[in-house]
Amino acid sequence: MNNINTIEFDALIIGGGGSGMRASLELAKSGLKTAVVSKVFPTRSHTVSAQGGITCAIASADPNDDWRWHMYDTVKGADFIGDQDAIEYLCSEGPKAVFELEHMGLPFSRFENGRIYQRPFGGQSKDFGKGGQASRTCAAADRTGHALLHTLYQNNVKEGANFLNEWFAVDLVKNSKDEVTGVIAFSIENGEVAYLKAQATVLATGGAGRIYASTTNALINTGDGLAMALRAGYPAQDMEMWQFHPTGIYGAGSLVTEGCRGEGGYLINKDGERFMERYAPNVKDLAGRDVVARSMVLEILEGRGCGENNDHIFLKLDHLGADVLNSKLPGICELSRTFAHVDPIYEPIPVVPTCHYMMGGTPTNISGQAYTRKNNEDHLIPGLFSVGEAACVSVHGANRLGGNSLLDLVVFGRATGKHIQKELKSGGGVTSATKDDIDASLKRLNKLNESNSGFDTADVKKELQECMQNYFGVFRRGEFMKQGLDQLKDLKEKVDNLHLTDKSDAFNTSRVEAIELQNLFDVAEATAISAYERNESRGAHARDDYPDRDDENWLCHTIFDPKSESVSKREVNFNPSKLEAFPPKARTY
Amino acid sequence: MFGNKLEISLYRYNPEEDKFPYMKKYIIDKPERDIMVLDLLNLLKEEDQSISYRRSCREGVCGSDGMNINGKNGLACITPISEVIKRNKIELRPLPGLPVIRDLVVDMTEFYSQYEKIKPFLQNETTAPEQERLQSPEDRDKLDGLYECILCACCSTSCPSFWWNPDKFVGPAALLQAYRFLVDSRDLKTQERLESLSDPFSVYRCHGIMNCVNVCPKGLNPNKAIGEIKSMLHKNKKDIIVSDGA
Repeated sequence: MNNINTIEFDALIIGGGGSGMRASLELAKSGLKTAVVSKVFPTRSHTVSAQGGITCAIASADPNDDWRWHMYDTVKGADFIGDQDAIEYLCSEGPKAVFELEHMGLPFSRFENGRIYQRPFGGQSKDFGKGGQASRTCAAADRTGHALLHTLYQNNVKEGANFLNEWFAVDLVKNSKDEVTGVIAFSIENGEVAYLKAQATVLATGGAGRIYASTTNALINTGDGLAMALRAGYPAQDMEMWQFHPTGIYGAGSLVTEGCRGEGGYLINKDGERFMERYAPNVKDLAGRDVVARSMVLEILEGRGCGENNDHIFLKLDHLGADVLNSKLPGICELSRTFAHVDPIYEPIPVVPTCHYMMGGTPTNISGQAYTRKNNEDHLIPGLFSVGEAACVSVHGANRLGGNSLLDLVVFGRATGKHIQKELKSGGGVTSATKDDIDASLKRLNKLNESNSGFDTADVKKELQECMQNYFGVFRRGEFMKQGLDQLKDLKEKVDNLHLTDKSDAFNTSRVEAIELQNLFDVAEATAISAYERNESRGAHARDDYPDRDDENWLCHTIFDPKSESVSKREVNFNPSKLEAFPPKARTY
Repeated sequence: MFGNKLEISLYRYNPEEDKFPYMKKYIIDKPERDIMVLDLLNLLKEEDQSISYRRSCREGVCGSDGMNINGKNGLACITPISEVIKRNKIELRPLPGLPVIRDLVVDMTEFYSQYEKIKPFLQNETTAPEQERLQSPEDRDKLDGLYECILCACCSTSCPSFWWNPDKFVGPAALLQAYRFLVDSRDLKTQERLESLSDPFSVYRCHGIMNCVNVCPKGLNPNKAIGEIKSMLHKNKKDIIVSDGA
């Protein structure tokens, strides 16, 4: 079993979504031997589901728009624990990255003057919050993620990038110098296990929304890369910060873009009241996502929810008219008819706040280099990189603004690709791993393959998702979270002892699902412990028992250390290079 | 009693165990509410881990779960069982015409290589402006109904011409994308693109059977795009003859 092939690359990118393929594009052009390892054909990655757009100050809707305003909005949206050096880089480099996408062929919608169409999204302002609502989200109708992902794949084909499609990465390989030298992976199609050796390994595996029972995320969003890093002993940052999107379709979980509210839609309760006027008098339905989601939950808890059980909210769009809906929001009309049995041209869509995005992840710098913590200091991990939702660079802090995730993917995918190219061409890189190192990384897979009794993947997954949904949802409380933590302890035993009944090698999806469940568990555990420790309410992390933001004690990142299963603090960066930092202030909309 | 049960006839094939594929019957309680075919498969897989199929977004945008449902290709995740049940039965088979790897999973290599063959990327070697290239809303509208393709292969694998010549006939999915780049006002390789499609097989094996239009889960119309390519090819040929004569 352990005589496996070694396949050698310069750089290895785990994950074929937006960030991975933006990085691989940069590397494919450089001539380095690179491969993208993706458990699905790349255009099946979850970036494809992004709808409303990519937020960036390209000054199309407003010729006076300024990336500094975008930066201000992002810092405020993050509730002041986003790193300001990274946010500055995101917002100032953004236009370059977006124009490149257009040059690659991305079919953006257009204004009459031929420039890229931009729509308003939540949390956007002009003139540092003083100039009213901005329209800063560049869109390809409401299929921006699809257009972006396909464009990136197409350009990877153009540049001749290598893909190991339907290969599944199991664990990182680490040598005695604590360098990452690649991954253990297997071909889903035929079961072949290999050590994929690389000078640079990039985790671009996206989020893990499937830790919750109700999520907008694809079934494949199981946090594989982050979990691999955790198992290798590397930390995760800000794991308590999970975004609940205000508008997931009730019952189905499918996303309904914030662009609906950007185009003029609004939320109503059972009395037909536009309740966001009470919670965010200035910007109403376009407040930050955390604010809108909490307001919706409060409406439901106070008995003003819609439907037979008063358990959801209505998103009203019919007043926009068929023309606007068909041209600007065609995908939403389609999803709504299919999953809510409602035609938004005539009726409101039933929606509920639904788990959407992981703000936390493997901590990195703006070049995508992952780091660990030793004696409360940052130390780069040789050979390991992370980008996109899997990473925490951190531009989203405690709450991500709509449209900033696609920008994050391309800006940092690009930066990471460029950095690796420079590093490897100047002779950087890592040494090799021994047979023992490789065997250590094969353990988990071998144990699963040899299992002849144990727990059922589907049952345990349901238990895990219910636990996270019940105890670590939109509102959190210490005593309940304690119960959740106890339940997770029981679950750990089960997750470590799954029974794989089907041992065959040909396209064995149950093997994949078992490993994915283990990955989900590792991410869930980091989430639960971090959430329990942060004794304040900030951004997406709302505690009943600590309802206020506490800058004195918690204006910081949390760092979860998987070895000790404990949480420490890390300072937030307040040192942008081109302008003065934005100091924390009360966050109102 | 019969009314409360649902019979699922599922194509099974595991190359390590089965000499030939076979149809296996599963009888389950009819779900209380209308669910999607993918939900049904997930229910079956909870009982029998060995069933294999692809799935990802579960909302009809990633194109993973194209399959043959009661004789018609479609996406499992957006096909409600109420629309396809016939006499309390549902038959699920892999997409036709491609080699089966296992159960509902087909080998899509040939399908993807046809896609790559049409050079599915914008070609414009002029120096890019500092900002975006401009495109009028009218020119952008020409891409609607084309760029939305999710590469699920429902169309190409329902096309008899593709079944016969999967290596030479580009097939409806890739031809839809060929047209997407032919009509993009920003693409400058129209001539080269047309020349590469002008042989007797690439486009001309399409006989307008229209299965592609019938099955496309995104409501796209590859047949119309193919018709447009044929007109462009025709016009191009005439232009070449005229310019030769001059």
